[in-house]
Amino acid sequence: MAKEMLIKNACVYDPLNDVEGEIMDIGIKDGKIVDPSEVDESKAKVIDAEGRLTMAGGVDIHAHVAGPKVNVGRIFRPEDSRRFAVAAKKLGHRAGSGFSVPSTTITGYMYAQMGYTTVMEAATPPLLTRHTHEEIRDTPILDEGAYTLMANNWILYEYIKEGELEKAAAYAAWLLRATKGFVIKMVNPGGTEAWGWGENVHSLDDPVPHFEITPAEIYENYVKINEMLGLPHSIHIHPNLLGEPGNYELTLETWDVIKNAGVEPDPQLGEREQLAHNTHVQFHAYGGDSWPTFESMAEEIAKYLNKNDHMTIDLGAVTLDETTTMTADGPLEWELHELTGFKWANYDVELETGSGVVPFIYSPKNPVHSVQWAIGLEIALLTENPWQVVISTDHPNAGPFFRYPRIMAWLMSEEYRNQWIERVHPWVGQRAVIGSIDREYDWNDIAISTRAAPAKMLGLEDRIGHLGEGAYAHVAIYDIKPDEVDPSRDYAEVEKAFEQAWLVVKDGEIVVQEGTVVNEPVGRTYWVDVKVPEDLLEEVKKDLETKFRRYYSVNMGNYEVQDVYLPREERIEIDARDRLS
Amino acid sequence: MKVIILEPKEDFEVPVEAEVIKPDEFAGLTIDEIESLKVHEGNTERELGELFDVEGETADDPEDIEIRIAGDVPNVKYIGHAMTAGRIVIEGDAGMHTGAEMEGGELIVKGDADSWVGREMKGGKLIVEGDAGDYVGSTYRGEWRGTKGGTIIVKGDAGNEIGEWMADGEIIIEGSVGKMAGIHMQGGRIIVKGDADLWAGAEMEGGEIIIMGRAEDVLPGFKYEGVTEVDGVPGTYHMFVGDHACGPDVEGKLYLNSALNPRP
Repeated sequence: MAKEMLIKNACVYDPLNDVEGEIMDIGIKDGKIVDPSEVDESKAKVIDAEGRLTMAGGVDIHAHVAGPKVNVGRIFRPEDSRRFAVAAKKLGHRAGSGFSVPSTTITGYMYAQMGYTTVMEAATPPLLTRHTHEEIRDTPILDEGAYTLMANNWILYEYIKEGELEKAAAYAAWLLRATKGFVIKMVNPGGTEAWGWGENVHSLDDPVPHFEITPAEIYENYVKINEMLGLPHSIHIHPNLLGEPGNYELTLETWDVIKNAGVEPDPQLGEREQLAHNTHVQFHAYGGDSWPTFESMAEEIAKYLNKNDHMTIDLGAVTLDETTTMTADGPLEWELHELTGFKWANYDVELETGSGVVPFIYSPKNPVHSVQWAIGLEIALLTENPWQVVISTDHPNAGPFFRYPRIMAWLMSEEYRNQWIERVHPWVGQRAVIGSIDREYDWNDIAISTRAAPAKMLGLEDRIGHLGEGAYAHVAIYDIKPDEVDPSRDYAEVEKAFEQAWLVVKDGEIVVQEGTVVNEPVGRTYWVDVKVPEDLLEEVKKDLETKFRRYYSVNMGNYEVQDVYLPREERIEIDARDRLS
Repeated sequence: MKVIILEPKEDFEVPVEAEVIKPDEFAGLTIDEIESLKVHEGNTERELGELFDVEGETADDPEDIEIRIAGDVPNVKYIGHAMTAGRIVIEGDAGMHTGAEMEGGELIVKGDADSWVGREMKGGKLIVEGDAGDYVGSTYRGEWRGTKGGTIIVKGDAGNEIGEWMADGEIIIEGSVGKMAGIHMQGGRIIVKGDADLWAGAEMEGGEIIIMGRAEDVLPGFKYEGVTEVDGVPGTYHMFVGDHACGPDVEGKLYLNSALNPRP
């Protein structure tokens, strides 16, 4: 295995370094990008890309790929497993199965095939996070990080109610360390806790049972905590009322609460501009007041984003597949179960969160599903600044991740979209605006919304999402030549090229060659280790000891995820001692 | 009809998966080509000709082909999988998933059939002359879209959970059945000429289950509607509608022979 590599004649799209379709060489040494002149061509592995489309490795900012609820999906959907199965040595070394909830091995393979090298697990319940790390460890190739669920947490609620924000911040830091987590993840704040009592919250001022704290207060304080600590990523939010007709108003109100919290983005790593990232925004952009009056409010969502830069989003685009929904939004999954009659799994995680899993069939014949399909794409096309938008399907909630190439092709071609508008329900012509949008993404927009923007939003743009010197050598080369192809017309070719990368390099090692996995290195696990003042931490720990003794089913000493669960940790050290004293 | 005879060379100890044994696959092939079709014995890929002696006459149209298995093959799975036409006769016992996802044609098992016979059937006729295992005409694990058509006749007894999630079609068991016949049933008809063990029709929402013998127990989610006759079946029956465990609007009908079962 050569430690040096030279990729010649690559047609590079690298938006973080303002490179737009230049034919150039890429040097790689010891797993990092270097100036090509530093590579000794006689010793290096030399690859001639012959003008093929070349980007940094893809970054998925939000996907459910590892952990307890993903595995519940796998276990209770054997019928999903038989839809797609890969024998050992067909794709990579190991076998696997699953269409919407693939097993860990083929999850790694299929992402790598598409040229993705970093995937963030969107939600891990703190108490059960060992399982998440076990699956991350079992997923080959990919660098991952886990988003720690915090928005229905008794301890944080109590600190906030008592106005002890610094203790709340110190506890959040402790929890990130205990779970080896990367992000403060917020799912239906207040709603999942209320679900423990069979209830939900219905507005930003609807108090959480027993805690008498409102979703608005939760957002306001969590965004403050996040910026006090200076975490690389912002709070990562899944607002209340996901999937309900008319919810776009609550979404925009939520964004206003965050805007008016009185804080500015203040990360200690990276230069993100957002205060919050609203994930799978498609599910939060609905008009009407019932299913019969359901309509797209993508224009309102995009209009807000075009006027404000404190929010970023990922799409959660519906791909019209049979899939599996899974979320920490417990009450939502109950509603889906009631709506579809399909089987349902539900889980309550003690003082922290809950979750549910229900299969779902998005059908192009269904009027609501068709409009949902339109909304995801509309938001991507109507939001002017591509740095605010990341392509996602909230895998597997709106569709499986391996449909990303199709979403890219839809965004790049009006003709392709129109072809699908013909196939879906006519409501799309009446309740959505997709038919009137002629914008088409270019290669640069794709590079932004699949690698550069998510890397920056995560605060990791010093190491991933670009091909500048010093970046990790994650390179994806696709079998397509930008100067010979018109994506607007040749969308089929574009989709195929994005499905099967011609060559993927991860940390300077070739992992995919012409669509086949040839190497399966262990991926990194990113986590954030925040130092807080020692005395503050001691006070918090004293409080925690009481909570553990009184309420938890485990001892505090057995709670923390040990280092052994992270075979290749990438600890991001942040010092918040000055900020909290 | 041209007859192709497959004679097993041994009693297979390791399960063989042979979904290629069906007229649709054999149509248009020479005997040599049929012998080289791929099957799995455990995790090893083998040629059909390594496991069976193949002889007979082939045809181009599957409708004109009868496949005869000359012997017991209780460890050969998936015979007749998704077949659409022609006929298969298994002259002894058959393995699991025989006739699964069958769409047409005829499949006859002269001996016993293991579990999952006629799983997710869409059409055609499947006859088991001996006993059948569990999950006759049921759906796949986890799946909720079950058998959509066709007819299954078992001349002996059948096991548990037959017709699970059945949506349409007909299952006739001439002997007795195990527990929870027609569980989750949505449509179609199950006739049991013998007795039924516990809880026939558990969580059924549609379709008909007719028990001509005794039924062990009726779940509390069934509402008694009185004594009635049933189309095409002799005798009079206690009629129940359920299973109301699934909600107020269920339409599943469970009939128990009124001469053999007490009035509830």
